[in-house]
Amino acid sequence: MWRYIGRKLVIYLLTFVIAVTINWMIPRFMPGDPVRSMLSRASVSDPQALERMNAYYNEVFGFDTPLHQQYLSFWGGLLRGDLGVSIMLYPEPVTDVIMRSVPYTLAVLLPAILISWVVGNRFGAFAARSKVLDNTILPVGYVLTATPYMWLALLLAWALGVVAGVFPVAGGYSYALRPEFSWVFVSDLISHWFLPFLSMFVVALGGWAIGMRNMIIYELEADYSNYLQALGAPRRLIRRYAFRNAMLPQITGLAVQLGTIIAGALLTEIVFNYPGLGTLILDSLNNRDFFLLQGIFLFVVVGVLIANFVIDIVYVLIDPRTRVQMTGGAA
Amino acid sequence: MTLRVKDLKVYYQTLRGDVHALDGVSFDLADGEIMGLAGESGCGKSTLSKSLIRLDSRMRHVGGTVELDGENVPIADDEAMVPLRYHEISLIPQYAMSALNPTRKIGRMINELLRSRGVRPGDVADELRRRLELVGLDPEVLDRFPIELSGGMKQRVVMVISTLLNPSLLIADEVTSALDVSTQRSVAESLVEFRDREYVRSMVFVTHDISLVYQMADTIMVMYAGRVAEKAPARAVIEDPRHPYTRMLVSALPEVGSTVSGGRLEGIPGTPPGLLNPPQGCRFRDRCPMAFDRCAEQPPLVEIEPGHWAACWKTGE
Repeated sequence: MWRYIGRKLVIYLLTFVIAVTINWMIPRFMPGDPVRSMLSRASVSDPQALERMNAYYNEVFGFDTPLHQQYLSFWGGLLRGDLGVSIMLYPEPVTDVIMRSVPYTLAVLLPAILISWVVGNRFGAFAARSKVLDNTILPVGYVLTATPYMWLALLLAWALGVVAGVFPVAGGYSYALRPEFSWVFVSDLISHWFLPFLSMFVVALGGWAIGMRNMIIYELEADYSNYLQALGAPRRLIRRYAFRNAMLPQITGLAVQLGTIIAGALLTEIVFNYPGLGTLILDSLNNRDFFLLQGIFLFVVVGVLIANFVIDIVYVLIDPRTRVQMTGGAA
Repeated sequence: MTLRVKDLKVYYQTLRGDVHALDGVSFDLADGEIMGLAGESGCGKSTLSKSLIRLDSRMRHVGGTVELDGENVPIADDEAMVPLRYHEISLIPQYAMSALNPTRKIGRMINELLRSRGVRPGDVADELRRRLELVGLDPEVLDRFPIELSGGMKQRVVMVISTLLNPSLLIADEVTSALDVSTQRSVAESLVEFRDREYVRSMVFVTHDISLVYQMADTIMVMYAGRVAEKAPARAVIEDPRHPYTRMLVSALPEVGSTVSGGRLEGIPGTPPGLLNPPQGCRFRDRCPMAFDRCAEQPPLVEIEPGHWAACWKTGE
């Protein structure tokens, strides 16, 4: 067991190093000079002053050192928890900017992933036993999974926000309010949260339901189900076994889908101008803010790796087959 | 008389029409009898064994009756069959290797199955351990997952589970097909022992391996294209077969002690007829070297000697 976890940890660590390296490379090889674009916004006309400012900022951000040294000092900063200073929001540290956005992203992402997973699995298992449901609601599920996140988000924003006017369509909270712990502010926060959450939830739901339905049908046709039926076991028992066994691939599916779901969350945030990481990515791209961009990507990568690692461990705990293989039992 | 099957007809429904997989099968099975059920693939032997315990969704009971210990067995009524299953009629499936839920410990699965059938697991726990030891398994397999057992061990576990409630009739469907020769022998011997100890009253042992069934069975029933060709004591089927199909089948087997000089073994030329639109008359007619005009008419299954039944116009000769 510990050997297995150790092996997994090494793999994840390796992935982390590669991800950090790529993460460091991408913004640096993107066209455009961030310092110059920042200075052009300051519209300094004196060429001498411009030259001096240019040199100053290059020194501050460390662009005057050779590339390999930039790479090493990047790692050094990373290990100290220092991701540099944001260019866009100079002189705020990148970590602070990211930490301000993370709660919004997590608030949309976690409930959307978990609730859609639980509800989708229950619903799929239920649909597998009913012909009517199978024929009417599953096609809807297929349409939903095939829907691009931002398209559904636009549709919802238009229908529930613009036409019906029930929910606000942009922002994390109303500009008229200040963040405070009061009923007015919290309810405003929730009404802004609802549409991004709903669009994430609905797209993910269809996929889980379809996957679960197929898995249940497969499990009910499996040999152990047939054997139990021949021995007269009630449907309830067979269903229970099938549901449990069908959950296993769904858990793997969750691990695999995580990256896609997060990408979807970023797009959804952009549509709703929701102040999470997705919107921050867009802003930092527009402002050529490498440090911020790097920081966000790093954060997402670490998040996905941790989530996958947790799922790996959970899987071992619930599937005796992987557990047996690891403890070296007779296969 | 344990089991009496009369003129049983079970068809498979397909898009192109009914496949007459069982077309008027009749036989009796006595108390304590182990009947080997032999025949080539597609002759209806698996359909027959399934019909006796659970019809699958494509199978349709068209006619005929099944009686067990004098009571009618409502094979077409899935609900009414439930009380009989496991308690009176039990099955060792063809797929015994994968018949156990992979994510449950074996002991727990057995307990859940027993409880769902209205049996207190505690009442049979000692018997379960005894029987596991009888087939050469350590009772600690109950604390293992199926993946921790070898194929032969899983097979034996399933044998013990299926016979735990002492059913009247046990159907062993191709239980030896996936095993190597030495394991085949020990499985066959265990099944005979189960009968001798009266864990099961009588048994239908489905196989396509006539030489194996000859060693363990009391009687052998040979099926051909959805019908019974011949049923007789095992010795009679091997030494004095009457139906031309049985004769050719038996002569296609290598004889014990024979050497290569005995000449090449002959197969049976031709293939069985399709059962979607089965031909009139005797179904073996096209491959039969003895066929004559009268074979256009279906020969009845008649008792030519006590306990020896055959369906052929020429059995008298």
